[in-house]
Parts: sequence; C-alpha cells; structure tokens
Amino acid sequence: MAGSTQWFAVRKALPQDRMMLLTVLSFLLPVLVWCLFSYAPFIWHPKVEITEPGGVSWFKAGMLVDRQVFSEQSLEARQSGVSLPEGDLANPVYLPAPHEVASAFYTAFTTEPKRKSEQWLHESLWHSITIIFWGFALSSLVGLPIGILCGTYAAVSKLNEPFIEFFRYLPAPAFGALAVAILGIHDGPKIAIIFIGTFFQQVLIVANTTRKLDMALLEASLTLGAKNLQLLFRVVIPGILPDLFRDQRILLGWAWTYLIVAELIGTSSGITWFITQQARYKNFDNVFAAIIMIGIIGLLSDLILSQLGKRLFSWDKAQAKS
Amino acid sequence: MSTLDLPSYLEQSNKVKDRFDKLKARETILEVKGLGKTFDSAQGTVTALKDINFKTHRREFVCVIGPSGCGKSTLIRTLAGLESPSSGEVLLDGKPVFEPGPDRGMVFQGYTLFPWLTVKRNVMFGLEMSGHSRSTAEGEAMDWIGLVGLDKFADAYPSQLSGGMKQRVAIARALANKPRILLMDEPFGALDAQTRSKMQANLLEIWRNIDITVLFITHDLDEAIYLADRILVLKAHPGEVNELIEVSVPRPRHFDQAISPEFLATKKRLEELIHPPLDDNDDEPGLSMIRMVPVGDEVENGDSSVDNSAMTAEVD
Repeated sequence: MAGSTQWFAVRKALPQDRMMLLTVLSFLLPVLVWCLFSYAPFIWHPKVEITEPGGVSWFKAGMLVDRQVFSEQSLEARQSGVSLPEGDLANPVYLPAPHEVASAFYTAFTTEPKRKSEQWLHESLWHSITIIFWGFALSSLVGLPIGILCGTYAAVSKLNEPFIEFFRYLPAPAFGALAVAILGIHDGPKIAIIFIGTFFQQVLIVANTTRKLDMALLEASLTLGAKNLQLLFRVVIPGILPDLFRDQRILLGWAWTYLIVAELIGTSSGITWFITQQARYKNFDNVFAAIIMIGIIGLLSDLILSQLGKRLFSWDKAQAKS
Repeated sequence: MSTLDLPSYLEQSNKVKDRFDKLKARETILEVKGLGKTFDSAQGTVTALKDINFKTHRREFVCVIGPSGCGKSTLIRTLAGLESPSSGEVLLDGKPVFEPGPDRGMVFQGYTLFPWLTVKRNVMFGLEMSGHSRSTAEGEAMDWIGLVGLDKFADAYPSQLSGGMKQRVAIARALANKPRILLMDEPFGALDAQTRSKMQANLLEIWRNIDITVLFITHDLDEAIYLADRILVLKAHPGEVNELIEVSVPRPRHFDQAISPEFLATKKRLEELIHPPLDDNDDEPGLSMIRMVPVGDEVENGDSSVDNSAMTAEVD
C-alpha cells in the first residue's frame, strides 16, 4: 500500500500538504459556489437590471425587475412599436457579488456615517467587542469559581446545579425587557444578556470539567499529605486549567452568538446597529462585509487563544492537538 | 501435575530461622488486626476482605500476593487510609489509622505524577504540603531524585518520561515525606518485562540504603520472591490470609537465584496456594470448555507421533 492515497482512513492524520489543501478548500468552496451564483448568468439570476428603458415609461436605468415582467414589457413594446428596453440578467439586491463585498470591506470603514451622531464602522465593531468582553468577563468571574466548587464539593453541587439546570433552558433574550427595565436602555441590558446566555452553561460545563479530573491524582495527593484547600488550590485547579481554558474558548464562541440579540435590546448599537442600518439603505454588500467580519474576529481570537493555550500548558499533550 | 523432586527447602535451616527470628524481634511498624471490608452492591453485600491479621517489622519487605479478586488493592488502599475498614483496625506505630497521611507513602499502579509539575516540583509536593520552605524542599527533593538516578530529568515534565522513569519519580515523591512505610500497589505492573526487572533491582538497592519498610502488592510470583522477606498470600472470595511465607532465599538478591532450590521451592508453594486445582468457583468460567478445533493446513512440526486427525475426529 506504500504511496497509495488514503483519504478516508479512520482516525488517521493526513499528510501536511493535504491538510493545508483541505483547509484552503473549506473556505474556497463556499466562495466558489457564491462566485458561480454571482458571475454565471445562466445560474439563477431571476432579475433583469435595466440598462436602457426604451419605450417602457416606468422603467429607469439601474432598476431591477423580474424576468417575467421584463419579457412582458418587451413584448408590449414590440407590439406598440416603441423602442425595446434593454437590460442584463442580475441577482436580487440581497445577494451582492463577491467583488462588491470585498470592496465593501474597505469602503465600509471609509464611508462617513450619514448623521453626525452615528458611529463609524470601526467604532461600532469596537463597541460590540467591549459588550462581549464585559458580558463574558463578568460571567467568568462568577461562573468559574462556582463551577469549580460545584465540581469539587458535592454539597455546593447539589445546592446550585438543580436550579442552574432549570435556568439554562430559559432563553436569554426572554430577559431582554426585564433587563431594560432594571438596567436602562444602554449597555447594561446588553451585557446582562451575554451574561445570562453564558453563565448558566458555564457553571455546568466547568463543574463537569472539574469532575473529570483523575481521582487517582487526588488520592496520590492525599497520601502525600495534602488537605482541604491545598487539594483545591494545589491539585484540582492546576489539574483542570488546560481543560478550563478549552471550555472558555468554546464558551466565548457562544457569547458571540448572543451578541446580535443583545445589541437589539434597548437602543440598537454596535455591529448590529451597523448591519440593520445598512440593510435599511439596501447596502447589502456592507451587510455581508459586517457579518463576515464577525466571523473573522471570532476565528482570529480563537486562533490566538489556542496558540496561547499551547504556550501556557506546554505540559498538556491534549492542548497541543487542539 | 509433574513434581520437581526437590528436597523441601521450605524446611528452614537454623541459619534462616535465625534470620527471621531477628526480623520479627524488630519493632512493629504496621499492624493489621481483624481487618474486614465489605461493599454494598446491587447483588447484595460483597465481602472483599475478611479477618486479615499481620504485622510488618522495621525495614522489612513484605509482598502481598493472591489470585485476581482477592482484595489486594482494597487491602493496600485501606492501609493507606483511602478506604475505611468495615471491621478491625490498622495500627501504625501502635496508633490507629483513619485517613490518608504522609506517614504512609503510596506508589500506585497507574501513573499519578502531577502532569503540570516538573519532576522536581512533583517530588517537592509533599514537603511543601507539610510546610517546608521552598528552598529546603528543593534541596531535599534533589537528593531523592538523585537516589532514583533522575538528576538529569529534574526539570522535565511527566509526559516526557517513560513509564519506568515515572514510577521512579513516584517512589522518590513518596519517600521524600520520610514515611514510616512505603505502600506499593503493583507499581511495575504496567511496565515491560525488561524495565520491570531493572526497577525491581533499583527498588531493592534503595530499600537497602535507607531505613524504610515496604509493603508491595503484586500478582507476579517471581517478583514477590525476588523482593520479599515474607510473602502474605491471600485467597479470594472472600479475601483472607492463606499463608505467610518466609522467603529463605538469601540476601543480597540477584536474578541468578531464580533457579536456586530455595527460590523454586518457594515458587512451587506459591503456585499451589494461588492456583489450586480447578473447581466450580473458577474465575474464568468457560476456559476449560474450549475445544481444540484445527484451523488451516497442518504443519510438519517434527513430532510425527502426534496424530492431528484424532482431534478432528473428536470434534466431529
């Protein structure tokens, strides 16, 4: 079998070059599909963009009409002897072509806000990042200690986890109105939504991770004379740190998914405000650019955290693989 | 059962008797009195240990051996304080034991080094727990690491070590607390044969050089005879003391003794105790029911007297 190509060997690593190829393809393929839909007029393209209104009175250059409407109007124009309208096949306005979105990545940053009080894109993005940061930081500040204690002491677990288990089924956005009533209309309720969306899952996940620490390590430390808090601070916490770090990475991703809902609460703000505003102006290239930006920020922050994890927990074999 | 026609070397000479009299005259380190342990399970109460009595003396090396399911591990975990006895008691220097403590060092079969600490910090762990300053702990830890020959690996993490090295660190880590007794639960069970015999020699060397009493669990007869002064043989269902064998093989021990008459006599006795003639309470039901079914072509093995066709006929 030497040299043969095994693409589908169960749980075997692929050679480096193939892994690179597939990684690139995983991004390239969706873009390719998007390009096909945008640049190949015979695929989809349900609209016609008018270039020359001809004799049709209500047509204007740049207008998008359905194909059927266009052919009906052309037929009518031919019958009544006026000049024929001209146009190109086009996609609906909500599907901009890749090159338009690509240029929007630049122009969205340089376009001045329509009104003085409104924010530039980078300000909106930064505002979103601070909301995520505070929501996630506050949740972790409370959630990590409670989770670790739940995973360590059965008494803490039984006191907290049943209620949390119930509470985590309540959708965070359901608390929006309540959060506004308590915390006002600005950043407070938004941070609260991120907090609610993250906290309850966090406690349960951290508690579970804590419980997964090998009991043999605790027994070994007992025979070495470790007691009470020494067990917690010298064995439990250092032992679970790499797994905790991995959990936090996953939870941070969840926090991002609550962002849009959170930012719609009270006065719309941040990247969500930008997206809804641009959609209203029908600048869908900007909308796409903004959505993709959220993805890029998420992916980049996760990459940075994973590198940080490898550096911090060089002793942990599992960390090297993630 | 073929019997080697050996003189009974279990009949001790006066010299050997003398040696064990001296050993038993030493102070008692650990005493187990009427120890019993039961577990409640879905099938009812299971008796893991029943009325275990024995003593270990200062600087003695005791091995505990027995068939699987005889409660060897339960016994050592109870001695360590990780399980509490259902009846009877464990006395260390005459005082009852209730919980785990640094006075009973333990080496587990699985690797239990703290993966986030270097070798040095692992060995320092117990010393730091008992309030030694970092610098004192570090100095002492390095001495112990030297004793197990791992000076060069003091700053390595456990994941960088081989299985044998990990267990050497575990021994150093347990000894650094200066325990009264070292409890070892099949510590070399997961190692390959070659590493295991090196570890055995290494352990005996350490034991000779420091004042330590060792209680060592194993299921390997040769290992028990090679290491022990006395071997506590347990039997299963429930775990009870079957016999306490005094190993007459002289010290210092070396592997060549494995064919000495004393060694073989002890081994034969152990075999008889641990593998009694099969009865209905067999641990591996079904093994005796395996039939010989020839598969594939017959191979000329040079023994023409063996008639393979007979077996085929029997199955048919």
